[in-house]
Amino acid sequence: MDFQLDKKHTMAQSLFKDFAEKEVKPLAIDTDETEEFPRVTVDKMAKNGFLGIAIPEQYGGQGCDPLTYVMCVEELAKVCGTTSVIVSAHSSLCCDPILHYGTEEQKQKYLVPLAKGEKLGAFGLTEPGAGTDAQGVQTKAVLSEDGKEWILNGSKCFITNGKEADVYIIIAYTDVVETKRGKQKKFTAFIVEKGTEGFTFGTKEHKMGIRGSATYELIFQDCHIPAENQLGPRGKGFPIAMGTLDGGRIGIAAQALGLAEGALDRTIAYVKERKQFGRSISAFQNTQFQLANLATEVEAAKLLVYRAAEAKRTKDRFSVEAAQAKLFAAETAMDVTTKCVQLLGGYGYIREYEVERMMRDAKITEIYEGTSEVQRMVISGDLLK
Amino acid sequence: MFKIVVCVKQVPDTAGGVKFKADGTLDRGAMLAIMNPDDKAGLEAALRIKEKDPENVKVTLLTMGLPKAEDVLIEGIAMGADDALLVTDRVLGGADTWATSSTIAGALKNMEYDLIITGRQAIDGDTAQVGPQIAEHLAIPTISYAKEINCDTENKTVEVKRLFDDGYMMVKAQLPALVTCLAELNEPRYMTPGRIFYALDHKDELITVWGRANLDVDDSNIGLKGSPTKIAKASDKVAKGKGTTVTPESPADAADYILNVLTDKHVI
Repeated sequence: MDFQLDKKHTMAQSLFKDFAEKEVKPLAIDTDETEEFPRVTVDKMAKNGFLGIAIPEQYGGQGCDPLTYVMCVEELAKVCGTTSVIVSAHSSLCCDPILHYGTEEQKQKYLVPLAKGEKLGAFGLTEPGAGTDAQGVQTKAVLSEDGKEWILNGSKCFITNGKEADVYIIIAYTDVVETKRGKQKKFTAFIVEKGTEGFTFGTKEHKMGIRGSATYELIFQDCHIPAENQLGPRGKGFPIAMGTLDGGRIGIAAQALGLAEGALDRTIAYVKERKQFGRSISAFQNTQFQLANLATEVEAAKLLVYRAAEAKRTKDRFSVEAAQAKLFAAETAMDVTTKCVQLLGGYGYIREYEVERMMRDAKITEIYEGTSEVQRMVISGDLLK
Repeated sequence: MFKIVVCVKQVPDTAGGVKFKADGTLDRGAMLAIMNPDDKAGLEAALRIKEKDPENVKVTLLTMGLPKAEDVLIEGIAMGADDALLVTDRVLGGADTWATSSTIAGALKNMEYDLIITGRQAIDGDTAQVGPQIAEHLAIPTISYAKEINCDTENKTVEVKRLFDDGYMMVKAQLPALVTCLAELNEPRYMTPGRIFYALDHKDELITVWGRANLDVDDSNIGLKGSPTKIAKASDKVAKGKGTTVTPESPADAADYILNVLTDKHVI
């Protein structure tokens, strides 16, 4: 077991850090304040290959591995939660399912421009009445009589990269089957392009954190999509969505890890400078013990996140590793950022100091792509099977 | 094929602190290192020439240094250079600008090139001598202080905007020629993750290593013995003691305070 990063990953990490410090950090406060999607940064990331890190070169990607991708999300999240989730949603939730379940034609048509960053991706599963309980999905797809088109009707909500993305993976139910537990919906995944007739965007959500990320409602009204845009087999949409979310959770775990590290870095710098009672507050044992605890939590989260990334590279199934990484990293992010705000005292509550933004950004990591409760269900389900 | 050789130097990262050996030369092995900023701008300029005609332009990096100077070559390939040559040999150590330029010219004499690009100067030595000296050894034109480079790869000419404090000069030269670049020339690109993996996976094919035997240079012009420069003494910057912090009420008070201090110290 080698805990030492090799040269490839060390160099990639320093590249991401350098980019994050120079290109992303200076815009982070403004992105949060204005709630504007950081298109300029997305274009720069596209140019530098950050939108196709773990995709093979033959499909326009960089040919690196999940660990490299995770490090990219982590370094971005250290300075800007919004920017990190744009990369995560695009890569894990849109590129990955096309890579794993797409036909060669679909890969050439959609994955190549996505991995090159010429197009941005998104994923739609959640609906007003369906989150954790996928059976609540109301969006329906019906095959036309000639079998050439699918007709989509319904809506999706809270979609990251909504309106900004060009390619959407949409989960809709296509069949209802009788089972021992009664009627069950069977789902199918589809690739839907922005601009398709009948596909529009609803309201933009105004959020607590990751405020620059575009979160929109997607609306499908008699939206005709070509039959060849069906992703994977008919009726296999649920396992495709769950498999995709396993990968997505590693990305969100990396985001949570980065947020915790970013807050801790700023707090360490602050406590060394801040003086009270004639000495630096880092000289107080309360500060020292708090920092020791937070740094230990962060390190444990990092090991779980990197392990999950390696599991994705080496194993077919990595649901438990992904769930454990996300559960622990998200709760670490919330704990660390909250305590960092406290260590900064009044300044921690001021936006200019950025730690409060990280605390607001951290909360969503306990919620999206499966809440912490869902992660516990996944982990315990495996223990008790 | 139009061939560009970019000379790069691994220099100490000033953020990492400076360390000296007993003979007064830099202890490069003990310091963190980066690609010299002027050289990086030179590499970017070469890559922009390549971008216009990728199939017919080749960018090769050249450096002389310790084996660990390989790191800047990997970085350069990860930015987009095609390949690299590392000149490393114990007998080349301790070189001043004369021995360095003689050594690099000794390598270039055994290489093919149309255009040689170097940085104006390295942040460790700040001499700005090595680039022009290489050109002299090779008997080719030098154009220094490039702020803009326009290269006609078909007709093999280069047009350079040379920047000075009080203006600029446009110079055109027939190739082969050597151009020294300013860091202000451009904003160097980042490495890409895929190129990092590629460079490290194919390191042995992409980086050629040459020793003394591969160079067309006289023994009297290499290493510490071939260096006419003798270092009498070298030291890190000496700390000037603790400063004083004052908080004047207004900008006018601040100006008065500074004026008084400078007058007291007989500076003005």
